[in-house]
Amino acid sequence: MAEHFEFAVIGAGPAGLAAAALAAQTGVAAVVLDEQPTLGGQIYRSIEQSPLSDSNILGDDYRIGEGLVWAFRASGARHLGGTDVWMVGTDRGIGLASDGKARIVTADRILIAVGSQERAVPFPGWTLPGVMTAGAGQILLKSAAVVPSDGVVLAGTGPLLFLIAAQYVRAGVSLKAVLDMTPRANYVRAAPYLPAALTAGNYIGKGLSYMREIRKAGVAVTGAVRDLRAVGGERLEAVTYSAAGRRHRIDTGLLMVHFGVIPNTSLSRSIGIDHEWDARQVCWRPRTDEWGNTSVDGIAVAGDCAGIWGAQAAAHAGRLAALEAARALGRIDTAERDGQAAPDRAFLRRDRRVRPFLEVLYSPESCLDAELEDDVLVCRCEEITAGQVRQAAQLGCMGPNQVKAFLRAGMGPCQGRQCGDTVARLTARAGGKSMAEVGFLRPRPPIKPISIETLAKIEEAAAAMPDIEQA
Amino acid sequence: MFKRLREPDSEWVTIEIDGESRRVPKDETVAAAVLADRIGHCRTTPVSGAPRAPYCLMGVCFECLMEIDGIPNRQACMVPVAEGMVIRRQNGAGSVVGLQVGTEKDG
Repeated sequence: MAEHFEFAVIGAGPAGLAAAALAAQTGVAAVVLDEQPTLGGQIYRSIEQSPLSDSNILGDDYRIGEGLVWAFRASGARHLGGTDVWMVGTDRGIGLASDGKARIVTADRILIAVGSQERAVPFPGWTLPGVMTAGAGQILLKSAAVVPSDGVVLAGTGPLLFLIAAQYVRAGVSLKAVLDMTPRANYVRAAPYLPAALTAGNYIGKGLSYMREIRKAGVAVTGAVRDLRAVGGERLEAVTYSAAGRRHRIDTGLLMVHFGVIPNTSLSRSIGIDHEWDARQVCWRPRTDEWGNTSVDGIAVAGDCAGIWGAQAAAHAGRLAALEAARALGRIDTAERDGQAAPDRAFLRRDRRVRPFLEVLYSPESCLDAELEDDVLVCRCEEITAGQVRQAAQLGCMGPNQVKAFLRAGMGPCQGRQCGDTVARLTARAGGKSMAEVGFLRPRPPIKPISIETLAKIEEAAAAMPDIEQA
Repeated sequence: MFKRLREPDSEWVTIEIDGESRRVPKDETVAAAVLADRIGHCRTTPVSGAPRAPYCLMGVCFECLMEIDGIPNRQACMVPVAEGMVIRRQNGAGSVVGLQVGTEKDG
């Protein structure tokens, strides 16, 4: 008999923690599953045991996570850390793996709260050791107090670029340059959305204060940067770029890039949940109703994996999903659900006013529109170039799934998490189609690495996975 | 390339990275320990043999695959270090129980 959960929450970030805590308060038996051993997700990584002696380095927003974790701990909800979710079925079977052992459990309700990932934007040299994402730099800072020792160049577009720059300044890290790739035209386009953004909480003020901190520290910030290139043999040696009409070069062993974040949809896509293309956020996201319910009965999504609204909004969206779960499980009635949801809805209405401004200002389109040279790797795992993908598109490949069959792009260990959208974009452009028309990669379980030996030892596997048995 | 802001204390463990003994904080991931150790790259690719290093550190890029305690293809950014852990760079596709899986593609 497979282990059964009443309410399984996947992900221990703000959405998952808030959802599990609130569900537990209504009497629902909630369990949070997370691949990290500790609570907080990536945004509040290591919140319960920070390796940093100076808590000011990460800033006030990070400390919001403390309240979420306390509420979760006090709620009686369970936490299964260090647990990979490698499969979820439409029958709400969940494949788990921890300590080299796998098992299949079932749940009455599932909430997917797996957050976001950084948008992968290929550019020449991006696979060289020494090039990594700004989010990776922040995770090293939060979880291990590990920081660049010989300076770093930060490049790209989006709020996180300036946040990590400010955090590095506070931590005494030498910043060789901040290369802001936001086009000047975006400031003009975003301006009409600024008044609404200013009513959404202090996001704009905080952003400006990060920039002041960076400039005060004497860091060179270059705007309207284009054509970023990482140069090196076995590892990164320099960064070159265009700005103010000419080419520049900075010698550096470390480059951190950021091009915004997109919903982490590999799990929701693998289940077969309906997704829609969000043209403003330039990403796929699951189609939901106002409670986070998806097209699959009993499976909901909340937080940034359902659309990029930020960490604070994620907690409130998690609460909405928890109220709906409590209603579906008979703990509260519809009127109580709606009543309790009112403050969360009010928060979200106000909070979301900042998004149009951020989405227009930090649109990744100009970075994505840069004409990728044919020899730039698009699929990092299988080492497939932009030229190969274009060629496959010219042969008639209709979308990323067919390109995968032709070239293996998206067939490597990351299962298209890095190349999927780029392959789709190249295919769409070659065929004169939209992203919505070419569609997205459909990953298949297991979506996390699990050995054949581990899989073979699951006794319940055959019973819990009728689809596989029939195949 | 990277340094630790922390000083060694009792909460450190001893691990082995490519045959060399290292003291590292016990709450670090293998990827953080490897980056702080300046080893440059953590694997070479099965296709071209190009060197790669951790890229996302949150489990989505799969660039940090290493052999950890004899098991290949483990995500170094997802595995916490432990006393006595043996970590090796993974060259090419890695091996399965003595069987070498295609390290280079033909053509």
